[in-house]
Amino acid sequence: MLKQVKILTKNYDVPDSHTLAVYQANDGYKAARKALGMPREAVVEEVKKANLRGRGGAGFPAGVKWSFMRPHPTKPAYLVVNADEGEPGTFKDRTLMERDPHRVIEGCIIACYGIGAHVAYIYVRHELHLSKERLWNAIKEARAAGILGPKALGTDYAVDVFVHTGAGAYICGEESALLNSLEGKRGEPRLRPPFPAQYGAFGCPTTVNNLETVATCPTIIEMGGEEFSKLSELHAFGDGGCRLFGVSGHVNKPGIYEACIGLTLRELIYDLGGGLPEGTKLLGVIPGGSSCPILRPEETVNTSNPKSPLYPYNGKSVLDVPIGVDTMREMGTMAGTTCAIVLSDRVCPVRAMHNLIRFYRHESCGQCTPCREGMGWMERILDKIIAGKGTIEDLDLIHEIASNVMGNTICAFGEGASMPMLGFLRKFRKEFEEYIRTGGKSSTGRLAL
Amino acid sequence: MDDIFARYPNKQAACIPLLHLCQEQNGWVDDAVIEFVAQRCELSTAHVQGVVTFYSLFNKAPVGKHQVWVCRTLSCALAGAESILHHCEKRLGIHEGETTKDGLVTLRTAECLAACGQGPMMQVDKTYHEHLTIEKVDRILDDLVGKSG
Repeated sequence: MLKQVKILTKNYDVPDSHTLAVYQANDGYKAARKALGMPREAVVEEVKKANLRGRGGAGFPAGVKWSFMRPHPTKPAYLVVNADEGEPGTFKDRTLMERDPHRVIEGCIIACYGIGAHVAYIYVRHELHLSKERLWNAIKEARAAGILGPKALGTDYAVDVFVHTGAGAYICGEESALLNSLEGKRGEPRLRPPFPAQYGAFGCPTTVNNLETVATCPTIIEMGGEEFSKLSELHAFGDGGCRLFGVSGHVNKPGIYEACIGLTLRELIYDLGGGLPEGTKLLGVIPGGSSCPILRPEETVNTSNPKSPLYPYNGKSVLDVPIGVDTMREMGTMAGTTCAIVLSDRVCPVRAMHNLIRFYRHESCGQCTPCREGMGWMERILDKIIAGKGTIEDLDLIHEIASNVMGNTICAFGEGASMPMLGFLRKFRKEFEEYIRTGGKSSTGRLAL
Repeated sequence: MDDIFARYPNKQAACIPLLHLCQEQNGWVDDAVIEFVAQRCELSTAHVQGVVTFYSLFNKAPVGKHQVWVCRTLSCALAGAESILHHCEKRLGIHEGETTKDGLVTLRTAECLAACGQGPMMQVDKTYHEHLTIEKVDRILDDLVGKSG
């Protein structure tokens, strides 16, 4: 159900919302002060109770991740904040950095304290110059005001925050690649175990959290974990609170909207996104960034498991299910970053898939053979299909390649690229076959309206 | 530069920030830059070379004075990125990946720049230009040529 809130976005429309003065005038840093006065375990406990699922795409419970951090006898711990926002369709973290950077810094203080770290690195993609500038300025203001430093907020707990940037590589959004990039290396993912909580940045215990996840922490401390979780319709399924939703593509009002979890794709597309342009119909929607398999509006929920979070929605359209980590997973896709891409019926699905495989071929880091070769191979097959020279067997070949990439790579990029390819093939099989049979004449051949 | 080294527990981590700093001054990363960064960060030149070739934002050859990046990934493509790119190519008289003869503008395509709700978009040097139309692109390119002319 659509319940819009202004929690993460409460300062967005205030003039000069990026400054310390405005942030403090709106109760800024109160939550961090409160957290630093609590036992560390209690802070972690609140975040656990909040059912805060990671906002970067994987949806792992943040409080549980924090509890993996054990004090090391000789090594320091680090917080690393993932703001390498690069998943096609996703543009939410940027709004937090640009419009409320102090909320990010406050989140860093709370998260550092929760995991026992004194230093946080915010890894921002290099292209986001305004975001970096706003974060650095916020850090400087916070240091000058004694909010950050050896005695953060006048307590005995030291916290400092630094901004680090990559240099243009989607794979650096993968946490272990990000850590290598932070250390001045090529951004190639690492084999796990060891996991970052044991051996992360600079070989020290590290927690990597998405930027929105961290920026949500002040609210959790302020409201209490359980209260925060109860904002969500999926509270009972361990998916709590509110989050940023995005919508782009063929809608009248693309943008970032904040709402309680429980929001459905239909509400995101039609109520918040203003619906599709006149004269067009919904062809499909990619729910949370390009790695999430596409959903078609004709699909309905079908589960026989009464314990499934989907059970209450049996028989309903997939568009009428709350967007949650587990609900989307059970529908064969993902909530991802909850930034949806909307495709109207003017779009040629073959070209949409071609656009995405080009992206994944470009961004595969090249470390694992199945991914490096598989992406290029799939792109070449789609090049051929687009040129009108494809065969039906090519579709089976793409299916085979994508299936062989999955599970055979060091990181989740392989799955993240193969799953949407398989999704397009399965859900648009008829359109693909028609396209091949007619040499492309069956299709609009278009992406734009 | 000391400020950069002070952020990290070891010198190696300063590699990428130092490369950015050098590229800002030099326009691209040449062998001298690689050697300089390797020395300062106590890394082998092979390591630094590996880093430079991994990331798409390090220029491995001289580029134009201004960098124009047109995003072409799905959301922007749905919003009309192809016609924006074609217009830039026509207007500048070059193809994607090339630099104008006067060395003023390098035109490139970018993969998703996290402005999906504001597409089509392009990045000119450090600035994002969003909700592009052909007229808007003309004004931006005029301004670029005028500023440098």
